[in-house]
Amino acid sequence: MSDGNHPGGTIGEALLARGISRRSLLKYTGYLASILALPPMASRAMADALAKAPRQSVIWLSFQECTGCTESLTRSFNPTLEDMIFDLISLDYHETLMAVSGAAAEEAMQAARAANKGKYVLVVDGSVSTAEGGIYSTNAGKTNLATLKDMASDAAAVLSVGTCAAFGGIPHAKPNPTGAVPVSEIVTDKPVINIPGCPPIPEAIAGTVAYIITFGKLPDLDHLSRPKAFFGDSIHDRCYRRPFYDKGLFAKSFDDEGARNGWCLYEVGCKGPVTYNACATLKWNGGVSFPIQSGHGCLGCSEPDFWDRGGFYKPLSASVMGNPAIIGGAAVAGIVAGAASVALARKRRAEALAAQSKASAAAQEKMP
Amino acid sequence: MSLLDFARGPAIEVALAVFTLGVMWRLISLLGLPWAKDRTVRRAGAPSDFSAGVSGFIRHLWVPKGFGMTSRFALINGYVFHLGLAIIFFGFVQHILFLRGLFGVSWPGLPTSVISIAAVVTLGSLVAALVRRMTSPVMRLISTANDYFTWLITTLPVLTGLLAVSHLGARYETLLAIHILTVAALLIWFPFGKLMHAFLVFLTRAETGVFYGRRGVKI
Ligand code: SF4
Repeated sequence: MSDGNHPGGTIGEALLARGISRRSLLKYTGYLASILALPPMASRAMADALAKAPRQSVIWLSFQECTGCTESLTRSFNPTLEDMIFDLISLDYHETLMAVSGAAAEEAMQAARAANKGKYVLVVDGSVSTAEGGIYSTNAGKTNLATLKDMASDAAAVLSVGTCAAFGGIPHAKPNPTGAVPVSEIVTDKPVINIPGCPPIPEAIAGTVAYIITFGKLPDLDHLSRPKAFFGDSIHDRCYRRPFYDKGLFAKSFDDEGARNGWCLYEVGCKGPVTYNACATLKWNGGVSFPIQSGHGCLGCSEPDFWDRGGFYKPLSASVMGNPAIIGGAAVAGIVAGAASVALARKRRAEALAAQSKASAAAQEKMP
Repeated sequence: MSLLDFARGPAIEVALAVFTLGVMWRLISLLGLPWAKDRTVRRAGAPSDFSAGVSGFIRHLWVPKGFGMTSRFALINGYVFHLGLAIIFFGFVQHILFLRGLFGVSWPGLPTSVISIAAVVTLGSLVAALVRRMTSPVMRLISTANDYFTWLITTLPVLTGLLAVSHLGARYETLLAIHILTVAALLIWFPFGKLMHAFLVFLTRAETGVFYGRRGVKI
Protein backbone atom coordinates (compact mmCIF):
# COMPACT_ATOMS: atom_id res chain seq x y z
CA MET A 1 0.00 0.00 0.00
CA SER A 2 1.03 3.56 -0.40
CA ASP A 3 2.72 4.24 2.87
CA GLY A 4 2.12 7.62 4.29
CA ASN A 5 5.83 8.36 4.77
CA HIS A 6 6.60 8.64 1.10
CA PRO A 7 3.69 10.15 -0.68
CA GLY A 8 4.62 10.84 -4.27
CA GLY A 9 8.33 10.16 -3.67
CA THR A 10 10.66 8.48 -6.12
CA ILE A 11 11.18 4.75 -6.12
CA GLY A 12 14.80 5.31 -5.10
CA GLU A 13 13.68 7.14 -1.97
CA ALA A 14 11.16 4.46 -1.16
CA LEU A 15 13.77 1.74 -1.48
CA LEU A 16 16.24 3.67 0.61
CA ALA A 17 13.68 4.12 3.35
CA ARG A 18 13.20 0.37 3.41
CA GLY A 19 16.93 -0.20 3.60
CA ILE A 20 17.11 -1.73 0.12
CA SER A 21 20.52 -1.13 -1.38
CA ARG A 22 21.38 -0.30 -4.98
CA ARG A 23 22.93 -3.75 -5.21
CA SER A 24 19.56 -5.33 -4.35
CA LEU A 25 17.87 -3.06 -6.87
CA LEU A 26 20.37 -4.13 -9.54
CA LYS A 27 19.75 -7.74 -8.65
CA TYR A 28 16.06 -7.13 -9.02
CA THR A 29 16.34 -5.28 -12.33
CA GLY A 30 18.73 -7.99 -13.56
CA TYR A 31 16.09 -10.53 -12.76
CA LEU A 32 13.37 -8.41 -14.39
CA ALA A 33 15.50 -7.91 -17.49
CA SER A 34 16.02 -11.64 -17.78
CA ILE A 35 12.35 -12.56 -17.43
CA LEU A 36 11.39 -9.77 -19.82
CA ALA A 37 13.92 -11.18 -22.28
CA LEU A 38 15.77 -7.84 -22.39
CA PRO A 39 19.53 -7.67 -23.03
CA PRO A 40 21.66 -7.94 -19.86
CA MET A 41 22.78 -4.32 -20.27
CA ALA A 42 19.20 -3.25 -19.74
CA SER A 43 19.33 -4.12 -16.07
CA ARG A 44 21.62 -1.19 -15.20
CA ALA A 45 19.53 1.24 -17.26
CA MET A 46 16.43 -0.12 -15.59
CA ALA A 47 17.91 0.34 -12.13
CA ASP A 48 18.83 3.96 -12.90
CA ALA A 49 15.47 4.72 -14.44
CA LEU A 50 13.59 3.07 -11.60
CA ALA A 51 15.52 4.87 -8.88
CA LYS A 52 14.61 8.22 -10.40
CA ALA A 53 11.06 7.40 -11.41
CA PRO A 54 8.19 8.51 -9.24
CA ARG A 55 6.24 5.70 -7.72
CA GLN A 56 3.49 4.76 -10.10
CA SER A 57 0.04 5.35 -8.74
CA VAL A 58 -2.03 2.20 -9.02
CA ILE A 59 -5.71 1.78 -8.33
CA TRP A 60 -6.74 -1.83 -8.07
CA LEU A 61 -10.36 -2.81 -8.60
CA SER A 62 -11.70 -6.25 -7.82
CA PHE A 63 -14.84 -7.39 -9.62
CA GLN A 64 -16.22 -10.91 -10.18
CA GLU A 65 -13.18 -12.79 -8.93
CA CYS A 66 -11.89 -15.14 -6.25
CA THR A 67 -8.95 -13.03 -4.99
CA GLY A 68 -6.60 -15.71 -6.30
CA CYS A 69 -4.83 -13.10 -8.42
CA THR A 70 -4.07 -10.92 -5.41
CA GLU A 71 -3.04 -14.03 -3.49
CA SER A 72 -0.72 -14.98 -6.30
CA LEU A 73 1.01 -11.63 -6.20
CA THR A 74 1.14 -11.05 -2.48
CA ARG A 75 2.01 -14.56 -1.44
CA SER A 76 4.60 -15.03 -4.12
CA PHE A 77 7.30 -17.32 -2.94
CA ASN A 78 10.21 -14.97 -3.24
CA PRO A 79 9.14 -11.83 -1.40
CA THR A 80 12.39 -9.97 -1.92
CA LEU A 81 11.64 -9.98 -5.63
CA GLU A 82 7.91 -9.76 -6.14
CA ASP A 83 7.45 -7.79 -2.94
CA MET A 84 9.55 -5.09 -4.50
CA ILE A 85 6.71 -4.37 -6.83
CA PHE A 86 5.12 -2.63 -3.86
CA ASP A 87 8.10 -0.31 -3.71
CA LEU A 88 7.74 0.51 -7.38
CA ILE A 89 4.13 1.43 -7.09
CA SER A 90 1.97 3.44 -4.84
CA LEU A 91 -0.99 1.15 -4.41
CA ASP A 92 -3.60 3.76 -3.64
CA TYR A 93 -6.64 1.58 -3.56
CA HIS A 94 -7.00 -2.16 -3.15
CA GLU A 95 -9.98 -3.50 -1.25
CA THR A 96 -8.27 -6.63 -0.03
CA LEU A 97 -5.01 -5.05 1.02
CA MET A 98 -6.03 -1.64 2.33
CA ALA A 99 -6.61 -1.07 6.01
CA VAL A 100 -9.52 1.33 5.71
CA SER A 101 -12.93 0.31 4.59
CA GLY A 102 -16.31 1.77 3.77
CA ALA A 103 -16.66 5.44 2.94
CA ALA A 104 -13.02 6.16 3.88
CA ALA A 105 -11.84 3.66 1.28
CA GLU A 106 -13.99 5.22 -1.41
CA GLU A 107 -12.63 8.62 -0.47
CA ALA A 108 -9.07 7.29 -0.79
CA MET A 109 -9.88 6.09 -4.28
CA GLN A 110 -11.31 9.43 -5.35
CA ALA A 111 -8.37 11.29 -3.77
CA ALA A 112 -5.85 9.11 -5.63
CA ARG A 113 -7.77 9.59 -8.81
CA ALA A 114 -7.85 13.39 -8.45
CA ALA A 115 -4.14 13.53 -7.56
CA ASN A 116 -3.04 11.34 -10.49
CA LYS A 117 -5.64 12.17 -13.09
CA GLY A 118 -4.69 10.70 -16.44
CA LYS A 119 -1.56 9.12 -14.94
CA TYR A 120 -2.60 6.23 -12.77
CA VAL A 121 -2.65 2.62 -13.86
CA LEU A 122 -5.94 0.89 -13.27
CA VAL A 123 -5.49 -2.75 -12.36
CA VAL A 124 -8.59 -4.91 -12.56
CA ASP A 125 -9.02 -8.47 -11.42
CA GLY A 126 -12.33 -10.18 -12.07
CA SER A 127 -14.78 -10.00 -14.92
CA VAL A 128 -17.44 -7.35 -15.37
CA SER A 129 -21.06 -8.32 -15.00
CA THR A 130 -23.26 -6.66 -17.62
CA ALA A 131 -26.56 -8.54 -17.34
CA GLU A 132 -29.41 -6.41 -15.95
CA GLY A 133 -27.18 -3.37 -16.00
CA GLY A 134 -24.47 -5.14 -14.01
CA ILE A 135 -26.40 -5.60 -10.78
CA TYR A 136 -24.89 -9.04 -10.15
CA SER A 137 -21.71 -7.50 -8.81
CA THR A 138 -21.72 -4.24 -6.93
CA ASN A 139 -19.49 -2.43 -4.51
CA ALA A 140 -20.30 0.52 -2.31
CA GLY A 141 -23.72 0.60 -3.95
CA LYS A 142 -22.26 0.96 -7.43
CA THR A 143 -22.13 -1.70 -10.12
CA ASN A 144 -18.68 -2.87 -11.20
CA LEU A 145 -19.66 -1.84 -14.69
CA ALA A 146 -20.24 1.77 -13.65
CA THR A 147 -17.11 1.85 -11.47
CA LEU A 148 -14.95 0.53 -14.30
CA LYS A 149 -16.26 3.04 -16.83
CA ASP A 150 -15.83 5.84 -14.33
CA MET A 151 -12.33 4.96 -13.13
CA ALA A 152 -11.00 3.99 -16.57
CA SER A 153 -11.90 7.40 -17.96
CA ASP A 154 -9.04 9.03 -16.01
CA ALA A 155 -6.52 6.18 -16.19
CA ALA A 156 -3.38 6.11 -18.31
CA ALA A 157 -3.71 2.41 -18.98
CA VAL A 158 -5.64 -0.57 -17.71
CA LEU A 159 -4.05 -3.82 -16.61
CA SER A 160 -6.43 -6.78 -16.69
CA VAL A 161 -4.93 -9.17 -14.21
CA GLY A 162 -6.11 -12.76 -14.33
CA THR A 163 -8.19 -14.64 -16.88
CA CYS A 164 -11.50 -13.27 -15.53
CA ALA A 165 -10.52 -9.68 -16.21
CA ALA A 166 -8.65 -10.53 -19.39
CA PHE A 167 -11.11 -12.91 -21.05
CA GLY A 168 -14.13 -13.25 -18.75
CA GLY A 169 -12.75 -16.38 -17.10
CA ILE A 170 -14.92 -18.60 -14.96
CA PRO A 171 -17.84 -16.14 -14.54
CA HIS A 172 -17.95 -16.00 -18.35
CA ALA A 173 -18.18 -19.82 -18.63
CA LYS A 174 -21.40 -21.18 -20.06
CA PRO A 175 -24.16 -20.34 -19.31
CA ASN A 176 -22.70 -17.07 -18.01
CA PRO A 177 -25.70 -16.00 -15.93
CA THR A 178 -24.24 -12.64 -14.98
CA GLY A 179 -23.39 -11.60 -18.53
CA ALA A 180 -19.72 -11.47 -17.54
CA VAL A 181 -17.39 -9.84 -20.06
CA PRO A 182 -13.68 -9.03 -20.07
CA VAL A 183 -12.50 -5.54 -19.19
CA SER A 184 -11.41 -4.92 -22.78
CA GLU A 185 -15.02 -5.12 -23.91
CA ILE A 186 -15.94 -2.18 -21.68
CA VAL A 187 -12.78 -0.10 -21.88
CA THR A 188 -12.19 0.54 -25.55
CA ASP A 189 -10.55 3.97 -25.57
CA LYS A 190 -7.55 3.19 -23.33
CA PRO A 191 -4.68 0.75 -23.72
CA VAL A 192 -5.63 -2.51 -22.01
CA ILE A 193 -2.95 -5.06 -21.20
CA ASN A 194 -4.03 -8.59 -20.39
CA ILE A 195 -2.08 -10.69 -17.93
CA PRO A 196 -4.23 -13.81 -17.88
CA GLY A 197 -3.79 -16.92 -15.81
CA CYS A 198 -5.84 -18.54 -13.12
CA PRO A 199 -4.03 -17.15 -11.25
CA PRO A 200 -1.49 -15.22 -13.29
CA ILE A 201 2.20 -15.75 -12.65
CA PRO A 202 3.31 -13.12 -10.10
CA GLU A 203 6.47 -12.35 -12.08
CA ALA A 204 4.30 -11.56 -15.12
CA ILE A 205 2.32 -8.99 -13.12
CA ALA A 206 5.37 -7.50 -11.46
CA GLY A 207 7.46 -7.60 -14.63
CA THR A 208 4.83 -5.84 -16.71
CA VAL A 209 4.32 -3.09 -14.14
CA ALA A 210 8.08 -2.63 -13.83
CA TYR A 211 8.39 -2.39 -17.59
CA ILE A 212 5.74 0.32 -17.81
CA ILE A 213 7.36 2.32 -15.02
CA THR A 214 10.89 1.94 -16.36
CA PHE A 215 10.28 2.57 -20.03
CA GLY A 216 7.16 4.71 -19.76
CA LYS A 217 5.45 2.67 -22.47
CA LEU A 218 3.59 -0.56 -22.92
CA PRO A 219 5.53 -3.77 -23.56
CA ASP A 220 5.14 -5.66 -26.86
CA LEU A 221 1.76 -7.37 -26.86
CA ASP A 222 0.39 -10.37 -28.75
CA HIS A 223 -2.96 -10.49 -30.58
CA LEU A 224 -4.74 -11.05 -27.26
CA SER A 225 -2.99 -8.01 -25.72
CA ARG A 226 -0.72 -10.18 -23.57
CA PRO A 227 2.92 -9.12 -23.03
CA LYS A 228 4.96 -11.21 -25.44
CA ALA A 229 7.76 -11.50 -22.91
CA PHE A 230 5.57 -13.81 -20.82
CA PHE A 231 3.05 -15.10 -23.32
CA GLY A 232 5.18 -15.42 -26.43
CA ASP A 233 5.78 -19.17 -26.19
CA SER A 234 3.34 -21.97 -25.58
CA ILE A 235 3.71 -24.23 -22.57
CA HIS A 236 4.30 -27.05 -25.04
CA ASP A 237 7.18 -25.17 -26.72
CA ARG A 238 9.00 -25.01 -23.40
CA CYS A 239 7.78 -28.20 -21.79
CA TYR A 240 10.44 -30.59 -20.56
CA ARG A 241 8.13 -33.51 -21.48
CA ARG A 242 8.18 -32.43 -25.13
CA PRO A 243 10.66 -35.12 -26.28
CA PHE A 244 8.10 -37.74 -25.22
CA TYR A 245 5.39 -35.94 -27.17
CA ASP A 246 7.60 -35.87 -30.24
CA LYS A 247 8.24 -39.59 -29.93
CA GLY A 248 4.56 -40.38 -29.35
CA LEU A 249 5.05 -41.64 -25.77
CA PHE A 250 2.01 -40.72 -23.70
CA ALA A 251 0.80 -41.42 -20.18
CA LYS A 252 -2.64 -43.01 -20.49
CA SER A 253 -3.70 -42.36 -16.92
CA PHE A 254 -2.30 -40.54 -13.93
CA ASP A 255 -0.82 -43.62 -12.34
CA ASP A 256 0.29 -45.84 -15.18
CA GLU A 257 3.83 -46.65 -16.13
CA GLY A 258 3.94 -43.80 -18.64
CA ALA A 259 2.97 -41.32 -15.92
CA ARG A 260 5.67 -42.72 -13.63
CA ASN A 261 8.18 -42.41 -16.45
CA GLY A 262 7.27 -38.77 -16.90
CA TRP A 263 5.83 -39.18 -20.40
CA CYS A 264 3.76 -36.53 -22.16
CA LEU A 265 0.32 -35.79 -20.69
CA TYR A 266 -1.47 -35.08 -23.99
CA GLU A 267 -3.66 -38.15 -23.73
CA VAL A 268 -4.89 -37.17 -20.29
CA GLY A 269 -5.98 -33.79 -21.58
CA CYS A 270 -2.95 -31.48 -21.49
CA LYS A 271 -3.76 -28.18 -23.23
CA GLY A 272 -0.11 -27.07 -23.26
CA PRO A 273 0.14 -27.04 -27.06
CA VAL A 274 -2.46 -24.28 -27.35
CA THR A 275 -1.69 -22.37 -24.15
CA TYR A 276 0.61 -19.39 -24.04
CA ASN A 277 2.16 -18.63 -20.68
CA ALA A 278 5.48 -18.77 -18.87
CA CYS A 279 4.69 -21.59 -16.41
CA ALA A 280 7.18 -23.97 -18.02
CA THR A 281 10.04 -21.49 -17.69
CA LEU A 282 9.33 -19.27 -14.66
CA LYS A 283 7.40 -22.01 -12.86
CA TRP A 284 5.65 -21.47 -9.54
CA ASN A 285 6.57 -21.18 -5.88
CA GLY A 286 9.92 -19.67 -6.57
CA GLY A 287 10.69 -21.89 -9.54
CA VAL A 288 9.97 -25.14 -7.72
CA SER A 289 7.47 -26.69 -10.09
CA PHE A 290 4.51 -26.18 -12.39
CA PRO A 291 1.41 -28.27 -13.02
CA ILE A 292 2.93 -30.51 -15.71
CA GLN A 293 5.98 -31.13 -13.55
CA SER A 294 3.62 -32.15 -10.75
CA GLY A 295 2.01 -34.70 -13.04
CA HIS A 296 -1.12 -32.91 -14.22
CA GLY A 297 -1.80 -31.67 -17.72
CA CYS A 298 -2.02 -27.94 -18.41
CA LEU A 299 -5.62 -26.68 -18.09
CA GLY A 300 -5.00 -23.84 -20.51
CA CYS A 301 -6.00 -21.26 -17.90
CA SER A 302 -4.39 -18.29 -19.65
CA GLU A 303 -6.49 -18.75 -22.78
CA PRO A 304 -9.99 -17.44 -23.52
CA ASP A 305 -12.84 -19.85 -22.70
CA PHE A 306 -10.53 -22.41 -21.10
CA TRP A 307 -13.45 -23.55 -19.00
CA ASP A 308 -15.61 -24.44 -22.00
CA ARG A 309 -13.26 -26.52 -24.09
CA GLY A 310 -14.96 -29.83 -23.57
CA GLY A 311 -13.34 -30.85 -20.29
CA PHE A 312 -9.87 -30.69 -18.80
CA TYR A 313 -9.26 -34.39 -19.38
CA LYS A 314 -10.43 -34.53 -22.98
CA PRO A 315 -7.46 -34.76 -25.33
CA LEU A 316 -6.97 -31.79 -27.58
CA SER A 317 -7.47 -33.82 -30.75
CA ALA A 318 -10.83 -35.25 -29.61
CA SER A 319 -13.91 -33.47 -30.87
CA VAL A 320 -16.20 -31.57 -28.54
CA MET A 321 -19.68 -32.71 -29.41
CA GLY A 322 -22.39 -30.28 -28.47
CA ASN A 323 -25.04 -32.92 -28.94
CA PRO A 324 -24.07 -36.43 -30.15
CA ALA A 325 -27.76 -37.11 -30.88
CA ILE A 326 -27.32 -34.97 -34.00
CA ILE A 327 -25.25 -37.79 -35.54
CA GLY A 328 -27.92 -40.35 -34.65
CA GLY A 329 -30.55 -38.05 -36.12
CA ALA A 330 -28.48 -37.67 -39.29
CA ALA A 331 -28.26 -41.48 -39.61
CA VAL A 332 -32.03 -41.80 -39.29
CA ALA A 333 -32.57 -38.98 -41.80
CA GLY A 334 -30.15 -40.70 -44.19
CA ILE A 335 -32.02 -44.00 -43.87
CA VAL A 336 -35.35 -42.27 -44.47
CA ALA A 337 -33.99 -40.38 -47.48
CA GLY A 338 -32.51 -43.62 -48.86
CA ALA A 339 -35.78 -45.50 -48.35
CA ALA A 340 -37.69 -42.66 -50.02
CA SER A 341 -35.37 -42.77 -53.07
CA VAL A 342 -35.83 -46.53 -53.26
CA ALA A 343 -39.61 -46.23 -53.02
CA LEU A 344 -39.60 -43.56 -55.71
CA ALA A 345 -37.41 -45.62 -58.04
CA ARG A 346 -39.57 -48.70 -57.54
CA LYS A 347 -42.75 -46.73 -58.13
CA ARG A 348 -41.37 -45.29 -61.37
CA ARG A 349 -40.30 -48.71 -62.50
CA ALA A 350 -43.71 -50.22 -61.67
CA GLU A 351 -45.37 -47.39 -63.58
CA ALA A 352 -43.05 -47.87 -66.54
CA LEU A 353 -43.69 -51.61 -66.55
CA ALA A 354 -47.45 -51.06 -66.33
CA ALA A 355 -47.35 -48.58 -69.18
CA GLN A 356 -45.24 -50.97 -71.19
CA SER A 357 -47.54 -53.93 -70.68
CA LYS A 358 -50.56 -51.74 -71.44
CA ALA A 359 -48.95 -50.61 -74.66
CA SER A 360 -48.07 -54.12 -75.72
CA ALA A 361 -51.60 -55.35 -74.85
CA ALA A 362 -53.03 -52.55 -76.98
CA ALA A 363 -50.67 -53.44 -79.78
CA GLN A 364 -51.73 -57.06 -79.57
CA GLU A 365 -55.39 -56.09 -79.70
CA LYS A 366 -54.77 -54.09 -82.83
CA MET A 367 -53.17 -57.06 -84.50
CA PRO A 368 -55.48 -58.64 -87.01
CA MET B 1 -15.26 -18.80 -29.94
CA SER B 2 -11.78 -19.38 -31.30
CA LEU B 3 -11.14 -21.04 -34.64
CA LEU B 4 -9.93 -24.16 -32.84
CA ASP B 5 -13.03 -24.33 -30.65
CA PHE B 6 -15.17 -23.94 -33.76
CA ALA B 7 -13.25 -26.69 -35.57
CA ARG B 8 -13.29 -29.14 -32.64
CA GLY B 9 -16.93 -28.40 -31.92
CA PRO B 10 -19.64 -27.37 -34.40
CA ALA B 11 -17.57 -27.87 -37.57
CA ILE B 12 -16.65 -31.48 -36.94
CA GLU B 13 -20.07 -32.26 -35.53
CA VAL B 14 -21.91 -30.93 -38.59
CA ALA B 15 -19.40 -32.66 -40.88
CA LEU B 16 -19.95 -36.00 -39.15
CA ALA B 17 -23.71 -35.54 -39.42
CA VAL B 18 -23.53 -34.75 -43.14
CA PHE B 19 -21.18 -37.70 -43.65
CA THR B 20 -23.51 -40.11 -41.86
CA LEU B 21 -26.59 -38.81 -43.59
CA GLY B 22 -24.98 -38.86 -47.01
CA VAL B 23 -23.45 -42.32 -46.71
CA MET B 24 -26.68 -43.84 -45.41
CA TRP B 25 -28.73 -42.19 -48.12
CA ARG B 26 -26.41 -43.21 -50.95
CA LEU B 27 -25.89 -46.80 -49.78
CA ILE B 28 -29.55 -47.52 -49.10
CA SER B 29 -30.81 -45.88 -52.26
CA LEU B 30 -28.20 -47.73 -54.30
CA LEU B 31 -28.72 -51.15 -52.74
CA GLY B 32 -32.47 -50.81 -52.75
CA LEU B 33 -32.73 -49.88 -56.44
CA PRO B 34 -34.74 -52.34 -58.50
CA TRP B 35 -32.29 -54.57 -60.35
CA ALA B 36 -32.58 -55.24 -64.04
CA LYS B 37 -32.83 -58.97 -64.46
CA ASP B 38 -29.85 -60.52 -66.24
CA ARG B 39 -31.62 -62.46 -68.96
CA THR B 40 -28.55 -64.18 -70.33
CA VAL B 41 -28.32 -67.94 -69.98
CA ARG B 42 -25.72 -68.88 -67.41
CA ARG B 43 -22.83 -70.54 -69.17
CA ALA B 44 -22.24 -74.16 -68.21
CA GLY B 45 -19.55 -74.46 -65.55
CA ALA B 46 -19.79 -70.75 -64.66
CA PRO B 47 -19.02 -70.05 -60.98
CA SER B 48 -21.74 -69.10 -58.56
CA ASP B 49 -22.49 -65.36 -58.36
CA PHE B 50 -20.91 -65.19 -54.94
CA SER B 51 -17.60 -66.72 -55.90
CA ALA B 52 -17.55 -64.77 -59.18
CA GLY B 53 -18.07 -61.61 -57.14
CA VAL B 54 -15.30 -62.40 -54.67
CA SER B 55 -12.85 -63.48 -57.33
CA GLY B 56 -13.76 -60.44 -59.41
CA PHE B 57 -12.79 -58.25 -56.50
CA ILE B 58 -9.58 -60.16 -55.82
CA ARG B 59 -8.50 -60.20 -59.45
CA HIS B 60 -8.92 -56.43 -59.60
CA LEU B 61 -6.35 -56.08 -56.86
CA TRP B 62 -3.54 -56.45 -59.36
CA VAL B 63 -2.87 -55.39 -62.96
CA PRO B 64 -3.71 -58.11 -65.47
CA LYS B 65 -0.90 -59.48 -67.59
CA GLY B 66 -0.18 -57.53 -70.68
CA PHE B 67 -0.55 -54.11 -69.11
CA GLY B 68 2.52 -51.92 -69.21
CA MET B 69 4.70 -50.34 -66.57
CA THR B 70 2.60 -47.17 -66.34
CA SER B 71 -0.48 -49.07 -65.27
CA ARG B 72 1.57 -51.01 -62.79
CA PHE B 73 3.04 -47.82 -61.42
CA ALA B 74 -0.39 -46.26 -61.11
CA LEU B 75 -1.65 -49.25 -59.20
CA ILE B 76 1.34 -49.49 -56.87
CA ASN B 77 1.20 -45.75 -56.30
CA GLY B 78 -2.48 -46.13 -55.45
CA TYR B 79 -1.61 -48.76 -52.87
CA VAL B 80 1.11 -46.56 -51.42
CA PHE B 81 -1.12 -43.61 -50.65
CA HIS B 82 -4.06 -45.74 -49.55
CA LEU B 83 -1.83 -47.63 -47.14
CA GLY B 84 -0.16 -44.38 -46.09
CA LEU B 85 -3.52 -42.78 -45.35
CA ALA B 86 -4.55 -45.82 -43.32
CA ILE B 87 -1.31 -45.78 -41.30
CA ILE B 88 -1.70 -42.07 -40.58
CA PHE B 89 -5.38 -42.23 -39.76
CA PHE B 90 -5.35 -45.36 -37.61
CA GLY B 91 -1.80 -45.24 -36.26
CA PHE B 92 -1.30 -41.67 -35.05
CA VAL B 93 -2.10 -41.41 -31.35
CA GLN B 94 -3.84 -38.05 -31.72
CA HIS B 95 -6.17 -39.63 -34.32
CA ILE B 96 -6.80 -42.67 -32.15
CA LEU B 97 -7.84 -40.28 -29.38
CA PHE B 98 -10.26 -38.60 -31.80
CA LEU B 99 -11.73 -41.99 -32.75
CA ARG B 100 -11.86 -43.06 -29.10
CA GLY B 101 -13.93 -39.96 -28.39
CA LEU B 102 -16.40 -41.03 -31.08
CA PHE B 103 -16.55 -44.80 -30.71
CA GLY B 104 -15.07 -45.50 -27.29
CA VAL B 105 -12.47 -47.95 -28.60
CA SER B 106 -8.75 -47.43 -28.85
CA TRP B 107 -5.59 -49.29 -29.72
CA PRO B 108 -1.86 -48.65 -29.33
CA GLY B 109 -0.47 -45.99 -31.66
CA LEU B 110 2.69 -45.94 -33.74
CA PRO B 111 5.73 -43.78 -32.96
CA THR B 112 5.36 -40.26 -34.33
CA SER B 113 8.46 -40.69 -36.49
CA VAL B 114 6.80 -43.57 -38.36
CA ILE B 115 3.69 -41.45 -38.91
CA SER B 116 5.74 -38.51 -40.14
CA ILE B 117 7.56 -40.71 -42.66
CA ALA B 118 4.26 -42.24 -43.75
CA ALA B 119 2.79 -38.76 -44.19
CA VAL B 120 5.68 -37.53 -46.32
CA VAL B 121 5.56 -40.67 -48.50
CA THR B 122 1.76 -40.36 -48.80
CA LEU B 123 2.03 -36.76 -49.83
CA GLY B 124 4.64 -37.61 -52.47
CA SER B 125 2.49 -40.44 -53.71
CA LEU B 126 -0.58 -38.22 -53.96
CA VAL B 127 1.39 -35.66 -55.94
CA ALA B 128 2.59 -38.45 -58.25
CA ALA B 129 -1.03 -39.54 -58.75
CA LEU B 130 -1.99 -36.00 -59.70
CA VAL B 131 0.95 -35.62 -62.06
CA ARG B 132 -0.05 -38.83 -63.80
CA ARG B 133 -3.66 -37.70 -64.04
CA MET B 134 -2.59 -34.44 -65.60
CA THR B 135 0.03 -35.80 -67.98
CA SER B 136 -1.57 -38.95 -69.32
CA PRO B 137 -3.81 -38.01 -72.28
CA VAL B 138 -6.27 -40.79 -71.49
CA MET B 139 -6.47 -39.88 -67.81
CA ARG B 140 -6.96 -36.26 -68.72
CA LEU B 141 -9.78 -37.15 -71.00
CA ILE B 142 -11.68 -39.15 -68.42
CA SER B 143 -10.93 -36.89 -65.43
CA THR B 144 -13.64 -34.56 -64.24
CA ALA B 145 -13.75 -31.75 -61.72
CA ASN B 146 -14.93 -34.38 -59.23
CA ASP B 147 -11.57 -36.19 -59.56
CA TYR B 148 -9.48 -33.08 -59.06
CA PHE B 149 -11.56 -31.81 -56.18
CA THR B 150 -11.46 -35.22 -54.50
CA TRP B 151 -7.69 -35.23 -54.87
CA LEU B 152 -7.48 -31.81 -53.24
CA ILE B 153 -9.82 -32.69 -50.40
CA THR B 154 -7.77 -35.85 -49.68
CA THR B 155 -4.41 -34.14 -49.87
CA LEU B 156 -5.21 -31.12 -47.73
CA PRO B 157 -5.62 -33.01 -44.43
CA VAL B 158 -2.30 -34.79 -45.00
CA LEU B 159 -0.54 -31.54 -45.77
CA THR B 160 -2.10 -29.54 -42.94
CA GLY B 161 -1.56 -32.44 -40.54
CA LEU B 162 2.13 -32.53 -41.37
CA LEU B 163 2.38 -28.78 -40.87
CA ALA B 164 0.56 -29.01 -37.53
CA VAL B 165 2.81 -31.80 -36.26
CA SER B 166 5.92 -29.91 -37.29
CA HIS B 167 4.57 -26.52 -36.07
CA LEU B 168 5.30 -24.92 -39.43
CA GLY B 169 3.78 -21.76 -40.83
CA ALA B 170 1.52 -20.54 -38.04
CA ARG B 171 0.72 -20.95 -34.39
CA TYR B 172 -0.12 -24.51 -33.41
CA GLU B 173 -3.75 -23.79 -32.48
CA THR B 174 -4.32 -22.25 -35.93
CA LEU B 175 -2.63 -25.15 -37.72
CA LEU B 176 -4.60 -27.69 -35.70
CA ALA B 177 -7.86 -25.83 -36.37
CA ILE B 178 -7.15 -25.69 -40.11
CA HIS B 179 -6.27 -29.38 -40.09
CA ILE B 180 -9.54 -30.28 -38.38
CA LEU B 181 -11.46 -28.04 -40.78
CA THR B 182 -9.91 -29.80 -43.79
CA VAL B 183 -11.00 -33.11 -42.29
CA ALA B 184 -14.49 -31.66 -41.84
CA ALA B 185 -14.48 -30.66 -45.53
CA LEU B 186 -13.41 -34.20 -46.47
CA LEU B 187 -16.22 -35.72 -44.41
CA ILE B 188 -18.79 -33.43 -46.00
CA TRP B 189 -17.58 -34.15 -49.54
CA PHE B 190 -17.15 -37.88 -48.92
CA PRO B 191 -20.65 -39.22 -49.71
CA PHE B 192 -21.19 -37.00 -52.72
CA GLY B 193 -17.91 -37.34 -54.60
CA LYS B 194 -15.39 -39.96 -55.62
CA LEU B 195 -14.44 -40.70 -52.03
CA MET B 196 -17.57 -42.80 -51.76
CA HIS B 197 -15.54 -45.48 -53.54
CA ALA B 198 -14.31 -46.46 -50.08
CA PHE B 199 -17.70 -48.22 -49.73
CA LEU B 200 -18.65 -48.72 -53.35
CA VAL B 201 -15.41 -50.30 -54.56
CA PHE B 202 -16.49 -53.63 -53.09
CA LEU B 203 -19.84 -53.49 -54.86
CA THR B 204 -18.66 -52.29 -58.25
CA ARG B 205 -15.81 -54.77 -58.57
CA ALA B 206 -17.88 -57.68 -57.30
CA GLU B 207 -20.71 -56.74 -59.64
CA THR B 208 -18.34 -56.69 -62.61
CA GLY B 209 -17.07 -60.12 -61.52
CA VAL B 210 -20.63 -61.47 -61.30
CA PHE B 211 -21.64 -60.00 -64.66
CA TYR B 212 -18.75 -61.54 -66.54
CA GLY B 213 -18.49 -64.68 -64.43
CA ARG B 214 -21.98 -65.64 -65.50
CA ARG B 215 -20.78 -65.41 -69.09
CA GLY B 216 -17.75 -67.53 -68.33
CA VAL B 217 -15.30 -64.66 -68.54
CA LYS B 218 -12.71 -64.03 -65.88
CA ILE B 219 -12.10 -60.35 -65.62
S1 SF4 C 1 2.82 -32.53 -21.28
FE1 SF4 C 1 1.53 -31.05 -22.39
S2 SF4 C 1 2.82 -29.29 -22.79
FE2 SF4 C 1 4.16 -30.98 -22.19
S3 SF4 C 1 4.78 -31.93 -24.13
FE3 SF4 C 1 2.96 -33.03 -23.44
S4 SF4 C 1 1.25 -31.96 -24.44
FE4 SF4 C 1 3.03 -30.61 -24.56
